[in-house]
Amino acid sequence: MGVARQRRLADLRQRVSEVDPLDAFKRIADGDAILVDVREADEVSQGSPPGAVRISRSFLELQIETEVADLDMPLLTLCATGVRSVFAAENLQQLGYANVGSIAGGFAGWKRDGLPVEVPRRLQGQDRERYARHLTIPEVGEEGQLKLLDSKVLSIGAGGLGSPALLYLAAAGIGTVGLIDDDIVDRTNLQRQILHTDASVGKPKVESARARLEALNPDIEIVTHETRLTADNALELFEGYDVVVDGTDNFTARYLINDACVYLGIPNVHGSVYRFEGQVSVFWPSREERPGPCYRCLYPEPPPPELAPSCAEAGVLGVLPGVVGLLQAVETVKVLLGAGEPLVGRLMHYDALEPRFRILNVARNPNCQYCGPNARKTLEEVSFACAVPVAAAG
Amino acid sequence: MSQVSIRIPTPLRSLTGGAADVSVDADTVGAALQAVEAQHEGLKGRLLTAEGELRGFVNVFLGDDDIRTLDGLGTAVADGASISVLPAVAGGR
Repeated sequence: MGVARQRRLADLRQRVSEVDPLDAFKRIADGDAILVDVREADEVSQGSPPGAVRISRSFLELQIETEVADLDMPLLTLCATGVRSVFAAENLQQLGYANVGSIAGGFAGWKRDGLPVEVPRRLQGQDRERYARHLTIPEVGEEGQLKLLDSKVLSIGAGGLGSPALLYLAAAGIGTVGLIDDDIVDRTNLQRQILHTDASVGKPKVESARARLEALNPDIEIVTHETRLTADNALELFEGYDVVVDGTDNFTARYLINDACVYLGIPNVHGSVYRFEGQVSVFWPSREERPGPCYRCLYPEPPPPELAPSCAEAGVLGVLPGVVGLLQAVETVKVLLGAGEPLVGRLMHYDALEPRFRILNVARNPNCQYCGPNARKTLEEVSFACAVPVAAAG
Repeated sequence: MSQVSIRIPTPLRSLTGGAADVSVDADTVGAALQAVEAQHEGLKGRLLTAEGELRGFVNVFLGDDDIRTLDGLGTAVADGASISVLPAVAGGR
């Protein structure tokens, strides 16, 4: 070892306490300290203590605050043999962390003492490239991207809302994208339903949606169900999904989606549009922290046909469901990552003509028959019919 | 009495001659919705039942808050208050 380095290390060891691996393990297990593995990615890929914050030393100062915001939280640095970790500990002290130690003997000492090791999952080469712009966002990063790849999202409908939502969810690398739609592509759909093309007119929507989504991201699984959602099949179809995206166009389906999501405890990312206006919310009464209302808390019953805007008049600006469907996709990704605050207990209203986005506070109905304490345990279809039937619905 | 404005959602604007905002004098949210009827016949029936209760497919907000979390239709309104009506909308395809 060079003389200068030896002198520097000896100096640092005066100021950085060195902790025995077993003591370090106990402190971390008790939640009294956080382990920061400062080795390079290729070293970490061979194994690392479970639960460690992994930041290579070259990015330490840049990224540590994202992982550990509290400067009073004790940190214990780890490298291969306990040398680089001493330098890293000093860097963290200089950054303002009040209590930083270095694990003596490094990862070699950790393993020698028989302490637990995990081999972190890593994104493979092509995925690192595909999701590169996600990996640089602290709220996503490699861990978040792996989470998205492990996630399952079900969209009900591949229409105006489902099209943009599904495209971006597939692009984002949601590992399993499910889709329920029993409709056939009609030329009137193409003004807004951008999953489909002129060539797919007359074909099932699930077919053209699958082709488009697979072309965009061949590495994820697309699961399609060419069927109508009913009270008989909803629970079976929804089971196992992490998030459901409601991209339907009628009250019968919306109440059914709500009831099935409430029953299974799945967040329901809702979007609806009318001409130049849209509504977005995340209905999630079973959320552990700060739960919100279900769709029925907000709208206990659908309007009778004579009081609903007739379906024939219910046109929509083609791009409007694009905006709303993408907001649904954003909320879905946020829910999956646990990033930020989803639109739970709040409803976003978009008026494109003004234009204005408003966030309205919506509360749970304590007497809700579907998500309240005496909630019903069966699914029923709410019947709803358009006042004026329209030939080319969907 | 306070002067309040009521924001009319697109699906109900056929009943207000296309107007997006209606201004009325009232002391409570309920009285404001009743007062709208004097200007635009038929609108009240879309919002309230025959018994004067808010219909199950309509939400009313005072500012950003659902009136159900306040005092319902009895919620007092201050001069210049803004009431928004938000009906259930099903469209999405």
